[in-house]
Amino acid sequence: MSVHTPHAERGGDRKAAVGSVGRPPVGWAVPGILFFALFAIVPLAIAVYLSFTTWDGLDSPALTGLDNWTRLFKDSEFGQAAWLTLLLTTISWAFQTPVALLLGVWAAGRQRSRAVLSAVFFIPLLLSTTAIAVLFHALLDPNFGVVKEIGPWIGVDPNVMGSSTGALLVVAFVGGWQFMPFHTLIYQGGARQIPEVLYQAASIDGAGMIRQFFHITLPQLRHTMTTSSVLMIVGSLTYFDTVLIMTKGGPGTDTTILPYLMYRTGFQTYDLGYAAAIATALVVVATGLSLLLVRFSGFGSMRSTREGM
Amino acid sequence: MSIDTRPAAPQRTSSVPRRMRSVPRPRRGTGNPVAGIGSLIWLVIVLVPLYTLLSSSLMHQDEALNGDPLAFPTDPTLDNYTTVLDSGFLSLLGNTAVVAVATVVLVLVLSVPVAYVAVRTRSRLSSLAFRTFLLGVAIPAQAVIVPLYLLIGKMGLYDSLWAIILPTAAFAMPVAVLVLSGTMRDVSEEMYEAMALDGASPLRMLWQLAVPLSKGGISTVAIFSALQAWNGFLFPLILTQSEENRVLTLGLFTFMTQFGVNIPAVLAAIVLSVVPIFAVYLVARRALVDGLMGVGGK
Repeated sequence: MSVHTPHAERGGDRKAAVGSVGRPPVGWAVPGILFFALFAIVPLAIAVYLSFTTWDGLDSPALTGLDNWTRLFKDSEFGQAAWLTLLLTTISWAFQTPVALLLGVWAAGRQRSRAVLSAVFFIPLLLSTTAIAVLFHALLDPNFGVVKEIGPWIGVDPNVMGSSTGALLVVAFVGGWQFMPFHTLIYQGGARQIPEVLYQAASIDGAGMIRQFFHITLPQLRHTMTTSSVLMIVGSLTYFDTVLIMTKGGPGTDTTILPYLMYRTGFQTYDLGYAAAIATALVVVATGLSLLLVRFSGFGSMRSTREGM
Repeated sequence: MSIDTRPAAPQRTSSVPRRMRSVPRPRRGTGNPVAGIGSLIWLVIVLVPLYTLLSSSLMHQDEALNGDPLAFPTDPTLDNYTTVLDSGFLSLLGNTAVVAVATVVLVLVLSVPVAYVAVRTRSRLSSLAFRTFLLGVAIPAQAVIVPLYLLIGKMGLYDSLWAIILPTAAFAMPVAVLVLSGTMRDVSEEMYEAMALDGASPLRMLWQLAVPLSKGGISTVAIFSALQAWNGFLFPLILTQSEENRVLTLGLFTFMTQFGVNIPAVLAAIVLSVVPIFAVYLVARRALVDGLMGVGGK
């Protein structure tokens, strides 16, 4: 408190003096930042670099300019994979969002029965994607799986994995089966934060349950919905595990989504330069979609859901 | 959000508030038939595969192949579990445990200081670092697997457990930093000031104030990092090769091809791989669930 700059305001000055005592040196964060940069940020940059090279995994990567990228835009397999990725992401979003929303809002009630059911719903999240894919691979075996018993009841062809549409829907379903509890919990947390007074006010105004849902619950959950949707888009890339184990990209190439195409190109045909180009395209698309979503939902501008209260 | 309650409120103030007070949480979803039925349907969807998983893993192979897979096993057997244990399961389990523990330690040691600095300093550098981690949440592991293959190879770590541990820890860090700085921000400024007046060093404040008061966040982070390490598939698939470094997820994938139509054995392997996680879930359910629920509230 000894030196006063002429323009410093008193309040700010005092704050700075108290605040500087016992602050940790910024250097403490350096190991963590460097470590994260080395294994996540730097590889991202290397991926971009590798996308301009040809590399078989053994020799050094050799620069080939834009070759991979021109090939990418002409490659019909890449086009199909991009389309399937988009389709799969959309199907999973459309499947998971309404179910997770309903279950989450329902589970936000404090009844004991709901807590018990929520604990059961949580179980799939404990299993690895691998375990779940292996499990459903067994359940859906057309000759030995449960599907030959249950399938006919619920209108599922026992050979569902043999058809293109069926296989894609199964991949979306299996992903939903695993991640539904995660999104349900997100919605449950969001729903519990909606101020009770809004519902009280609405019921005084005579709004029924359905109106309350559409005019209070849904608008109040819009940030939650953004969070959940962004996580779904990023998360739909994990369908790679499911595809690799359950369908190997088939039948034919009808479930070959971008991450699987990248894996096949990179680690089965060892065309790692081209695989890096696919990976880069993947990041651009995933980040782009997430940013668009954040922007259009007004999440970025941090508009409060408490506005007008 | 604007719901105009003013016109209606005055006429009814006499009766309504008392009723509201006597029922603390009314209205929210109570008796919503659509959601109630929906949740029962989802319960069936969740339980049928899990039931089949357990019951078929106890069946003899011919019963599982020819009988009704939904029926209860007529002659329950543990043979399938013995088969799995005899196929090197314990080595898979050991490797996975090493990977999980190392990942948790690494994530905590590296993320706690980052979160602490992000919360306690206001320099541009620390806010830049924080933003980097925020962005890191959106980097998919698939996107960097080709360069990681190059990097891990150059570091001489290919086909070792470190090849799994290091990238797994790095990819667990963004969420860890977010969760930790969230809980550390809740420690009040007055407590820091009180300790500062006592002449405490930043290290002592971290160790005796910030860390004990963010136990909840720390256990959430520990559990999630462990879960991520336990369930990770891509890094082991690409960055390891030999049987001695194989982890559980990769092992399950191998069993699937190795056991072929011996479906009960494959299912038994799945059950065994889940048991440790399930034990953790029973002990630490709160930390796990609260951590996830917090995502929607922020």
